[in-house]
Amino acid sequence: MTTGAAKGAIAVIEFFQALVDPDNRFLAYAMAMGGLASIAFGIIGTFVTIKRISYLAGAISHSVFGGIGLALYLQVAMGITWFDPILGAVLAAVVSALVVGLVSIHAKEREDTIIGTLWAVGMACGILFIDKTPGYFSLSSYLFGDILLISHRDLVFVICLDVLIAGIVVLFFNRFFGVCFDTEFTLLRGINTTFFYLFLLVLTALTVVLLVRIVGIVLVIALLTIPPAIAGFYARRLWQMMLYSVLLCALFTWTGLGISYSLALSSGPTIIVLCGTVYLVLLAANKVVFTQNK
Amino acid sequence: METDISLNNVTFAYKKQPILENATLTIPHREFASIVGPNGGGKSTLLKLLLGLLQPDKGEIQVFGTAPEKARQRMGYMPQYAHLDMTFPATVLDVVLMGRLKKSTFWFSKKDRKQALSAIETVDMAAFAHTGFNELSGGQKQRVLIARALSGRPDILLLDEPTANVDHETEENLFSILQDLNRKMTILVVSHDLGFVSKYVKTVICVNRQVVFHPTTLVEGTMIKDIYYGDLKMVRHDHRCSEGGHCRD
Repeated sequence: MTTGAAKGAIAVIEFFQALVDPDNRFLAYAMAMGGLASIAFGIIGTFVTIKRISYLAGAISHSVFGGIGLALYLQVAMGITWFDPILGAVLAAVVSALVVGLVSIHAKEREDTIIGTLWAVGMACGILFIDKTPGYFSLSSYLFGDILLISHRDLVFVICLDVLIAGIVVLFFNRFFGVCFDTEFTLLRGINTTFFYLFLLVLTALTVVLLVRIVGIVLVIALLTIPPAIAGFYARRLWQMMLYSVLLCALFTWTGLGISYSLALSSGPTIIVLCGTVYLVLLAANKVVFTQNK
Repeated sequence: METDISLNNVTFAYKKQPILENATLTIPHREFASIVGPNGGGKSTLLKLLLGLLQPDKGEIQVFGTAPEKARQRMGYMPQYAHLDMTFPATVLDVVLMGRLKKSTFWFSKKDRKQALSAIETVDMAAFAHTGFNELSGGQKQRVLIARALSGRPDILLLDEPTANVDHETEENLFSILQDLNRKMTILVVSHDLGFVSKYVKTVICVNRQVVFHPTTLVEGTMIKDIYYGDLKMVRHDHRCSEGGHCRD
């Protein structure tokens, strides 16, 4: 037991040494990215969770793959060099957010079928584009993320997104609250609820693009929804839920990164397994407490 | 007498089968009416038409002499609470403040807070202003939603089944609050329980594709039969049986 604890302590010390080592700049970038991204994830993830649109966020994130595939194809096969994969991802995310949003408003009965179709078609298009693009691409970094490939430019992007999202949410907090809690009533108060709903989905789309860099397309939904789900156990007000989500998200990405570095594991899946386990354990513990109280 | 709401030959259908057909109705100022009728008979649809959430296929609706959409700021609406997310993180005050949402401002002012708190007081929930909405009982939630409708200082209050799933005592309390409010505003209540509401309201509006207006003094056997398609036995609450019950004498 003592040797285990000692080994653990050594691993932690080694990790912090690696963090400040100039040769390991990627690790410091990854940690900074994790912390900064948590602001956007915690805020948007809270909306996705309370509005119960994680299914829509899933469809958006998989469409991102279509955008990345298209961008790679245009860049490599067609020689349009300025068409960066991140541009393709943003474009695909925003377009799919608007389509998915309009479908969920208007196609009441077939909503889930249509969204499921968009989800799969977006993904499939990405793979077809990559088929037709010469060269080899590591799909797994898109699918499962690779936080260790984070560049200086990504950090600039995430800071811009944080400022954008925090500013918009502070300004429109009451409107988003209304749209999420009771759309019909909010509409009756003279607020354009369709606009704010689509706006929320577009912000979700931008956040998802960012998230894809860290945990990948497949695992996006987990990191977007699990911290708010845990925060929801303890928060009484919407802003509290956001704050707790941001802190939890940062905690999970940092701890997950530390573990994945020490044990030489993929960063995305490590983060997801960590927060998923914590969530399920807390859920079970809360259930036990509740039944005892009754 | 001032007229708050008027419907003129209104027909509405979600698909082909009309839910309301040639409905004509005039509601004077400070009316207290209950909207009753069978499930799917068009009660909630009528409310949604009055709020401008639905548009009539034929006919015309006016609220305060204008289109319903333009009169929304003067109407307070309490929806059925079943469709709200009961795990939503919000305090009672947060929920009630929604009634103060405005197009022109982003944040709530001191005045908004004051109005919201006074609406919470009106429904006797002052002690719970900072309690989580999802920690309340069904009857308390309904009262909070009434406070939300009141916080915008409406001239008409529209309530959709405010007493669904609450016990009889809560129901009595709620209706006596509404009776007080009626001194200042017009109130329309969708209700499934005709026998109970007739004690409080001034008129009953029966909705079952057609719309029929009755003063409560006329609520009697034949009318109940028309609404519920069957003979009913009336239960008298003002009559006490002797201890051993009734014997055949």
